[in-house]
Amino acid sequence: MTGAQIVFLVCAGLILGSAVMVVTARNLMHAAFWLIAALFGVAVLYALLEAGFMAVIQVVIYIGAIAIMFIFADMLTRREVRESRAQIGRNWPLAAFAGLSILTGLVALILGQPGVSRTASAIPAGVDPVAALGTALVSPDAYVLPFEVASVLLLAALVGAVYIAGIVKK
Amino acid sequence: MSIPLSWYLVLAAALFSIGLYGVLVRKNAIAILLGVELMLNAVNINLVAFWRYLDPAQMAGQAFAIIVFAVAAAEVAVGLALIIAVYRRRKTVVADEIDLMKW
Repeated sequence: MTGAQIVFLVCAGLILGSAVMVVTARNLMHAAFWLIAALFGVAVLYALLEAGFMAVIQVVIYIGAIAIMFIFADMLTRREVRESRAQIGRNWPLAAFAGLSILTGLVALILGQPGVSRTASAIPAGVDPVAALGTALVSPDAYVLPFEVASVLLLAALVGAVYIAGIVKK
Repeated sequence: MSIPLSWYLVLAAALFSIGLYGVLVRKNAIAILLGVELMLNAVNINLVAFWRYLDPAQMAGQAFAIIVFAVAAAEVAVGLALIIAVYRRRKTVVADEIDLMKW
């Protein structure tokens, strides 16, 4: 067992444990904090996959922006759903069954594929993943169109969110 | 890099299933969105893992994962704005009780 494998297993335990706490915690604020732990574990996985830029934006966007927005929304709507009320629907065994069957199906599918036990070859010399990603995102031959569409989508979401949440009817 | 590809895929499958359970079982609309975030992260792990293990010179996996980031941010912004707007009018965030188009 190598160092990378140990790091992966520790991370996997952190991610899955935190994810279980996210879906089971009674206090939604605690669930949001467990989500931050899970997202941080995913950032470590990105670093392990040598995707440095992904690891950074995972921390900056997911933890820094999205998780914080969850905490704000939770604090703004806190009065009604207290910890005293049931947080889990009555049909939770059905949902657990659906989750478990999806999991077993996916795992069986994954382990049945050829080449799934391969290990990664080294990144070819002369390829800088961050530079290559930046070039690909603005190159007309690659992904400039999805990139621009994503920026328009973000602008639309920004305007829409301000419009929907900003109007207070007296 | 001595980690087999299957480890990442199985981890992502487990994370996706946990997120799915959360989406199905939670009553609070904000908690449902938390489950969606877990599922999106599971997909992103797959995308980046395939980028690294299949062809690191092609940036398709990472570029797609970044688009997923942007869509997730937009989804959370609009979704939470909707929940807050509903809460202002109905004083509830329980998904079961939000079943009318007009109040």
